Amino acid sequence: MTTSHSEPAEVRLRPPRNEVDPRAVAWWRAGIALTFAPPVVVLMVLGLLIEPARFWLLMPAVVLAVAGLPLALLLPRWWFRLHRWEVTDTAVYTRSGYFWQAWRLAPLSRIQTVDTQRGPLEQHFGLATVTVTTASAKGAVKIEGLDQQTAADVAERLTETTQATAGDAT
Amino acid sequence: MTGSEWAALDRRTVAVTALLVAGGCAGAAVLATYWIMRVTSFANALLWVLSAAVLVVAVSCVVDHMRWRRTRYRITPERVELHTGVFISRRRSLHRNCVRTVDVTADPLLRVFGLVQVQVGTGEQAGSEGSVRLRPVTRQVAEELRRTLLDRATDVTADGCLARLDPAWIRYAPLSFLTPLLGGGAFGVVLNVADWFGMQDGIIGWAIALFRDVPLVATVVVLAAVALVIGVVGSLGLFVEMWWSYRLDREPGGTLRVRRGLLTTRSISLEERRLRGVEIVEPLGARLAGAARVDAVATGMVAPSEKDKTDHRTLLPAAPRAVADRVAADVLREPDAPPTSIRLTAHPATARSRRVRWAVGTAAVPVAVLAVLGLLLTEVLLHVAWIAALVLVPAAVLLALDAYRSLGHGLTPEYLVARSGTTRRATVALQRGGIIGWTAKQSIFQRNAGLLTLSATTAAGAGAYSILDVGVSDGLLVAERAVPDLLTPFLQVTQPHVDEATPVRR
Repeated sequence: MTTSHSEPAEVRLRPPRNEVDPRAVAWWRAGIALTFAPPVVVLMVLGLLIEPARFWLLMPAVVLAVAGLPLALLLPRWWFRLHRWEVTDTAVYTRSGYFWQAWRLAPLSRIQTVDTQRGPLEQHFGLATVTVTTASAKGAVKIEGLDQQTAADVAERLTETTQATAGDAT
Repeated sequence: MTGSEWAALDRRTVAVTALLVAGGCAGAAVLATYWIMRVTSFANALLWVLSAAVLVVAVSCVVDHMRWRRTRYRITPERVELHTGVFISRRRSLHRNCVRTVDVTADPLLRVFGLVQVQVGTGEQAGSEGSVRLRPVTRQVAEELRRTLLDRATDVTADGCLARLDPAWIRYAPLSFLTPLLGGGAFGVVLNVADWFGMQDGIIGWAIALFRDVPLVATVVVLAAVALVIGVVGSLGLFVEMWWSYRLDREPGGTLRVRRGLLTTRSISLEERRLRGVEIVEPLGARLAGAARVDAVATGMVAPSEKDKTDHRTLLPAAPRAVADRVAADVLREPDAPPTSIRLTAHPATARSRRVRWAVGTAAVPVAVLAVLGLLLTEVLLHVAWIAALVLVPAAVLLALDAYRSLGHGLTPEYLVARSGTTRRATVALQRGGIIGWTAKQSIFQRNAGLLTLSATTAAGAGAYSILDVGVSDGLLVAERAVPDLLTPFLQVTQPHVDEATPVRR
């Protein structure tokens, strides 16, 4: 982009190019389900066992289930549209959030560590998270919900670039 | 000493520890004697307490002697090495290239023996992992260590003294937020100590008796005045203890050195290579009196959670603004004015509306609570509510307008400058080369107002410095210019319509 600084055009941050892996939707759904399921199950079991309090145990269980179901169905679809990432020859760039949207940018020349994490749930869906840190305590960039192969490729590419950089990147 | 042979700490560490523990014991002993005396005789109590104290002191001496015997350090041409640990032996080794700070502190006890504590720090952010602490060594050894570790062959010339204490600066000390805290805290301490001796009720009764014939308003005024006097005296005392014989020097090899302290003396050395800028901090009280403080923005400072961190990076205590500007300019080697004094670009008017809304909202909460309670309970609270509204709302709006006036950003050939805050107004000048990434955040409210908060991440200081509530286009263009080519590929030109949500005010 070429902007003449004497007469600034109106600019904004463009969305990063890549979407996360579509399986991330299922992964997020599973995450929400696992948050809601234990209390619902516990309340149901207790409700079936303890007769006098049955109504007061089953009612919150139903309320939780009714609240959780649309969340689990709709939120991840929405998140899928919001979360985007991109690795160029010069930088790692991500976008996330809606109510508090955040764009994070870390130049490759300043990257200090590249971590790939796979939690048990991510593992099940064949996904991985890549975290890139710089010398700043607040400069970490996290790319969630990547296909494991993509994540490995990204991490490898970033690690190579990082090693090629001289100095302590501060 | 600076060869590669192993050296030990100073042997007198055992004596220092003995006195330190004995001092602590003495305090506890008075209390313990008082309580034991109530069940047995005084002589009996004394016997018990004294023998316990002797035991504690003896054990700490033995442990400290073991620590002394097992602690060895050496400076090789490449590394600083430390072996220590009483029960679990620990070995730490730092690259001399990574050494960034050598801080020398001496509390009054160490000073009696002519000893000091040396802390060698590296550029690593990780708290104690990246540092070596030698306590105690003699003053000469410390000075030699400091010079060996920080004096690198550079052609930087020494500029000598950049600033020294002007006793008149003490007038800014009572204006700090510390004053009411110290004043209020004093009452707490009195009650707490009384509680240790089981006399809390006695003290409160005595105070109630004292004020029995005095009207309530007068009592409140008197107590507030007493707290204020204590607070003022306390903050003056603290200032003297912290900043006595303060001076800021630039030493050969490109090191900035702050020396200060009355009872506990401190020497803080900061390599200029680590400096990524300065921050001019003006707490409300100091700002009204025309004063400002200068903090260093440097990499490899102690972990942010540590309490005395702000002291560590303060290069100049609250001093007249002109002095602060000159010191900031000298520190950054700018010929005349520091970058923090440039004319800043104001932020869009929507940022002001946001601040006013927050302020009115915040002030409305206590007023609403009082009003509701007033309706439910007693009419008196209703009167308190409208008086509170009358006082709080204008005060909040004034602060909001001031906060908006504080907002601003600018660029110099070398620095990105950002200012914000009202109760603590801070103007940061961050080296453009020290910016190692950007984070842009936009809440849904900011989106509607055409604003965003742009943070430059950096290895130094707080980790990120923000331009709050800047116009979207304005902020992004500044960021793009600040670090050439980094942000450019991620910007897109929107339709060149100029709607009133994002006016570019210059």
